[in-house]
Amino acid sequence: MARIVAGIGSSHVPAIGAAIDNGKTEEPYWKRVFSGFVKSQEWMRELKPDVAIIVYNDHASAFSVEMIPTFALGCAVEFPPADEGWGPRPVPVVQGHPALASHIAQSVILDEFDLTICNKMEVDHGMTVPMNLLFGKVDKDAHWPCPVVPLAVNVVMYPPPTGHRCFMLGRAIRKAVESYPEDLKVVIFGTGGLSHQISGPRAGLINSKWDKSFLDNLSKDPQKLVKIPHIDYMREAGAEGIEMVMWLVMRGALDDKADEIYRFYTVPASNTAVGHIILANRPRGAAKKAATKSKRPAVKHKRAAARVKSAVRRSKR
Amino acid sequence: MAREQHDYDDIPGTFVFDAERSRQGFGINMFCMSLMKDDNRKAFKANEAEYLKKFNLTPEQTDAILKRDYNRMLELGGNIYFTAKLGATDGHSFQHLAAVMTGASQQDYAAMMLGGGRPVEGNRSRSGKNVPSKFISAAAAKKAAKRAAATKPKAKASKASKAKSKPKSTKWK
Ligand SMILES: [Fe+2]
Repeated sequence: MARIVAGIGSSHVPAIGAAIDNGKTEEPYWKRVFSGFVKSQEWMRELKPDVAIIVYNDHASAFSVEMIPTFALGCAVEFPPADEGWGPRPVPVVQGHPALASHIAQSVILDEFDLTICNKMEVDHGMTVPMNLLFGKVDKDAHWPCPVVPLAVNVVMYPPPTGHRCFMLGRAIRKAVESYPEDLKVVIFGTGGLSHQISGPRAGLINSKWDKSFLDNLSKDPQKLVKIPHIDYMREAGAEGIEMVMWLVMRGALDDKADEIYRFYTVPASNTAVGHIILANRPRGAAKKAATKSKRPAVKHKRAAARVKSAVRRSKR
Repeated sequence: MAREQHDYDDIPGTFVFDAERSRQGFGINMFCMSLMKDDNRKAFKANEAEYLKKFNLTPEQTDAILKRDYNRMLELGGNIYFTAKLGATDGHSFQHLAAVMTGASQQDYAAMMLGGGRPVEGNRSRSGKNVPSKFISAAAAKKAAKRAAATKPKAKASKASKAKSKPKSTKWK
């Protein structure tokens, strides 16, 4: 049985990608941002997931205004990086996992989520920037460490799906993954946000209080977050801050009780508040059914979590 | 037909790209999308008004594009991820564009961002609904303040430039 072991929340600011591509990561401004992902990359290297489901949005790259799918699942063999106006980012082509993707599509659609299927799709910074942040810089001719199932969410045209809908889709994805016969260790990314507005006279808005409360509730009380109406996101976290609903797909795909093992927050990267969180599912007995909780620890995973936690404590001193 | 009214029209300094604007601004956004191709960028630069004729724009939309009135483009149905491509075609960074839309110099805008961004206080509502969302609990806010104080470098940075960024946090009617 495949299983989602952890959820990762991460901003996907395009300027972060540009900083990586142009070798600026050691500049103080950018170092402040990248320093928050060093431990996460260690954690990821240790975890070695078999597949990553990445919830992200396209920014006028693969999808124009001709067709605007609310939820689009990438079932292709590969997803080339899109040309966002400066040539495609110098990152490897993202390998898909068509078998798992089509299994998820089938399961989730029969669960009444009307997905769009993409058998050919380019991916932009919305996906490749969080991949860099968690997997590190990967040479264009090398390979990303694992295949990806992309889930593109419309957050560009109002209204995006509600937070509740996103959360419930996450649940349906979890169910789909757990009914996949192959033993796969799966992680799921929710990307975008946190607070930012990049359009109109109010551009530059940042709301750290909102962001911190969002992160707190994401780990402890996600049911509170699913009730937030769009108007509150836009008022408090900026017109483009509404991207945060994508983190709720990730949270919905995790168990009700998940452990926060890492968090990072800094302002700004370009025009945006950078947020990052890692939530780990508690270990379950391998042979048991999804619903039964077992206390048997997955030693390796727990140790990695503990290491990250102590590292965070150290860095706070 | 007049634009339908929505709760989000109350957010100051913001043009929400909704389904209605998406329809209205189709030409603007398709024009911007065309700028992804180098040949099109060159053709546009060679004769802007002529190039724009291909996109079924209203006179107001054409005018906003020619004048690089980015806020007006948004109001008439342009979306920021699309109009940013026009800015890039002109050789501008995104932050330049953001500064233009806010009426600030790029330097002041950059300083505001470094100082923690535009505060939400006073910028929530045109009609005075300045009460924070009930989804930010008091407990979380307190904890956030405590944590912010603990992260020294950030707290310092925002204190230092708070004075600088304050005049920029204009309210919009
Ligand atoms: Fe985004």
